[in-house]
Amino acid sequence: MRSGKDPLPGLLPSLSVFAALVVSAGSAWASGIDPQDFSQLERGRYLAVVGDCAACHTLPGSGRDFAGGRAIETPFGNLLAPNITPDPITGIGAWTDDEFVNALIKGTGRHGTRLYPAMPYTYYTKITRDDALAIRAYLNTVPAVYNPVKSNQLPLPFNIRLTMAVWDALFFSPGGFIPASGKSPEWNRGAYLTEGLGHCGLCHTPKNFLGGDDKGRRLQGYSLQGWFAPDITDDLRRGLGAWSVDDIAAYLKSGHNKMSAATGPMSETLNLSTSRMSDTDLRAIAVYLKDQKGRGKEVVERVDPASAPMKAGAQIYADECAGCHGANGNGIAGLFPTLNGSPVVQQTDPTTLAHVVLRGARSVSTAQAPTGAAMPEFAWVLSNNQIADVLTYIRNAWGNSAPPVSADEIRKKRQTLVERDD
Amino acid sequence: MPRKLPRKDAVIIGLGWTGSILAHELCDAGLDVVAIERGPWRDTATDFLISYAQDELRYRLQHELFLRPAQITVTFRNNAQQTALPVRNWGAFMLGNGVGGAGVHWNAETFRFLPSDFVCRSHLVERYGEKILPEDMTIQDWGVTYDDLEPHYDAFEYLCGTSGTAGNLNGKILDGGNPFEGPRSRPYPTPAQKQGYGHTLFAEAAKQLGYKPYPQPSGNLSQAYTNPLGVSLGQCTYCGFCEWFGCANYSKASPQTTILPVLMRNSSFEVRTECEVSRINLDRSGTRATGVTYVNASGEEFEQPADLVLLCGFQLFNVQLLLLSGVGTPYDPQTGKGQIGRNFTHQTMSTAVGFFDKEKYNFNPFVASGAIGMCIDEFNGDNFDHSQVGFIGGGYIGQVRTNGRPLESMSLPPGTPGWGVKWKQALRDNYLSSIICGGACHASFYSYRDVYLDLDPTYKDRFGRPLMRMTIDFHDNELKMSAFLTDKYAEILQQMGAKQVVKQPRKGPYDVTDYQTSHLCGGAIMGDNPGNSALNRYLQSWDVPNLFVQGATAFPQNAGYNPTGTVGALAFWSANAIRSQYLKNPGPLVHA
Repeated sequence: MRSGKDPLPGLLPSLSVFAALVVSAGSAWASGIDPQDFSQLERGRYLAVVGDCAACHTLPGSGRDFAGGRAIETPFGNLLAPNITPDPITGIGAWTDDEFVNALIKGTGRHGTRLYPAMPYTYYTKITRDDALAIRAYLNTVPAVYNPVKSNQLPLPFNIRLTMAVWDALFFSPGGFIPASGKSPEWNRGAYLTEGLGHCGLCHTPKNFLGGDDKGRRLQGYSLQGWFAPDITDDLRRGLGAWSVDDIAAYLKSGHNKMSAATGPMSETLNLSTSRMSDTDLRAIAVYLKDQKGRGKEVVERVDPASAPMKAGAQIYADECAGCHGANGNGIAGLFPTLNGSPVVQQTDPTTLAHVVLRGARSVSTAQAPTGAAMPEFAWVLSNNQIADVLTYIRNAWGNSAPPVSADEIRKKRQTLVERDD
Repeated sequence: MPRKLPRKDAVIIGLGWTGSILAHELCDAGLDVVAIERGPWRDTATDFLISYAQDELRYRLQHELFLRPAQITVTFRNNAQQTALPVRNWGAFMLGNGVGGAGVHWNAETFRFLPSDFVCRSHLVERYGEKILPEDMTIQDWGVTYDDLEPHYDAFEYLCGTSGTAGNLNGKILDGGNPFEGPRSRPYPTPAQKQGYGHTLFAEAAKQLGYKPYPQPSGNLSQAYTNPLGVSLGQCTYCGFCEWFGCANYSKASPQTTILPVLMRNSSFEVRTECEVSRINLDRSGTRATGVTYVNASGEEFEQPADLVLLCGFQLFNVQLLLLSGVGTPYDPQTGKGQIGRNFTHQTMSTAVGFFDKEKYNFNPFVASGAIGMCIDEFNGDNFDHSQVGFIGGGYIGQVRTNGRPLESMSLPPGTPGWGVKWKQALRDNYLSSIICGGACHASFYSYRDVYLDLDPTYKDRFGRPLMRMTIDFHDNELKMSAFLTDKYAEILQQMGAKQVVKQPRKGPYDVTDYQTSHLCGGAIMGDNPGNSALNRYLQSWDVPNLFVQGATAFPQNAGYNPTGTVGALAFWSANAIRSQYLKNPGPLVHA
């Protein structure tokens, strides 16, 4: 053990805290974490924001930052996010810096156990060691909270951590970020943030049946938590093709731009992470996203405007929707999203649309765009048929095109949404 | 014993327009602020749903957004010889409830008072001599001028995004606006709303008669707008469900659509809803407020200490709390002494209904908004010579039809049966081709010695506190004025081409069951010395300098306009005085 200072006799805290003090002091010496270094701590705080650590590790409303306990929903069951405060017994106070860095970039627990990829080490593996240590330095400064969390709540066989070794072998490619030659530093910064610490693909990249990223369709959209995280490639119809770099940056900063508004899980990402990021980093992410090719040209057959669902949908739209979203689907900037040309409206998977119509949705309120306008629920007003028709209509009205929505799909969504407790 | 809570810098009683404005201004100045609100939390997304917001039965007839008389009411009589009885169903005025207050259910007419309105008494005496004033009239100057308030009118209009056409820009009279208005430093933030056929036809007829019609300034916005706080409002859809309703489209200016989204993000602000303040606590000297006592929905009592108390409730309840708390001296109508309860006023509303040839006229009355309409100001305030007309005061006249709601907005020619085939036929014949406009002549109500508020000696609320007693009647001055204005309006309807005009001038006695407006004013008025007012020119209590009383409670008499613009301007004016003077040196801002 290397200790900078011997604690004064008679002022010894409990043995475990004492141990933690010397361990962390020791590791600081070894790795270059300097608890007095404001720049490193501040950088670590910022990086923890970029990585959105609080989204999982802070139980909302608990007032106990990073003390864990929040349920992370996966297709295989729930995991509880662990306590990452410096508490030596229930948190990570006793971890060495190497153990911490390995958790981030290799997905290993303290004693070499496998983490579940709800912890996005598949993305964090691209983080530099310097950045990882800065995050550690920051986490050392947050109040230690005694809060034991039993993370693994999965059913058999997923509760056997060893299975993750197989999973990792299949889907995890460890390795740091390698800047692309021929791309600007801004693009590369964007790539580092998007593909690494920002872990955008965790929600926005389609997954295979075992929950691994479908790498051939990176950032092309994925359904989770009762929503569809849309395609964020440069695809013109389903992605951000019609958005400028400024539009994307404004959206990430304020949750709103002249076409769209963030809601659902993205509201939380906005509040905890992107709205607190620097304008430079947001632009870098936007520049990188604008360079991601989507599915490319594909022919989507428009639903015949003279068909019965389109005609009924147009009537329902005029009665129930046009007051806010406008007869031409143009909406009102800052309040009501534009439907005409909207990527959210034209995703192949209509989960988000069904969610918004059935349960309503509140757009995020941020310092830059505080209004937080919301749409009421229509589950009690419209039948499954009517909702299917109006969604088919908005997906194929104006310049839009997307597959029709069936009443049976809405019936199923209604069922699953009713069961959700969020 | 009430549970004593940790001290706050400021406690606000009532979170309506003035409470929201003051809360935001004080939080912005760094104060820790709590608002105590009697009613529920309300916001657009959860309470005013587009899918049922336009429910006339629920909101208009069953009073969804309003206080219940069983919760609290007032007693009413026409004069001191009568015994007042409790009001058991709201009629002449509506009492808002919940966060946003009357700012939720208003029509959103956003007027400025005339410069001469603020110097009402001295202006009239100077122009006509003392003898023009009826003997028992108690009008007086406000102690604040239009020029003092101009920047604060501007602040309120830009907060709301008010839609209108300027008539006087920095002294330059502009076509299309109201040429009688005081000079404004900037145009309205958004252009005037579009007008319906009936409104346009009225304006043409008024022009033919030599008047200068102008669009009514509207808080239902003509276009989308983002206010200086960054809060966005949408464009009005002219659905015609404004007054008595919450707006589902984010297009009516209200605390919810202009301030609360920012205020609720502020960590130094807190609102406690469903909590009713039972009294303002004073120290032993009676000259300093120590906070408030309130009761929550479970009946638990709390004491909230605060350095600054802002009374921001509705006019009637502001006066009631002052009387119950022993602030100032109750008004005595016998001697004219005492300030609390004095100069209580309302409004003098009248109209005429125009029936038109259904083959030639189709007004589509359902295309409307709460503050749509074309008005003339030739007969408002002292814009015309009163020396020969036998009254003082006046009002704006306008085709300001706000809705074509099926239950409320049916007025049929005299002689039509009340039910059956003939009634149905008359409805079919007249619904689209008549002009029915409740607020056509919107006129002043000046103050009188025998119109006042005091505590009822008999009737008590559920906490055992005496109810407010209203003693109010119309005086000849107002009834003559109403007849005069109604005639002028009827002339314009004739000019428009009506085949039949039915005049409905205001008649006495004052009827508490007949809706006029919810513009109750006075009772703790502002003025230039403690001998003639309860509040100084900054709305600060003369008696308790750390108490400020907001709202129309401070109006010495009511002018011929809707009051909310002036209420908003006074709130910004008062907030500015608190921020720039009071907080630096707490104490009386005006030394008597």
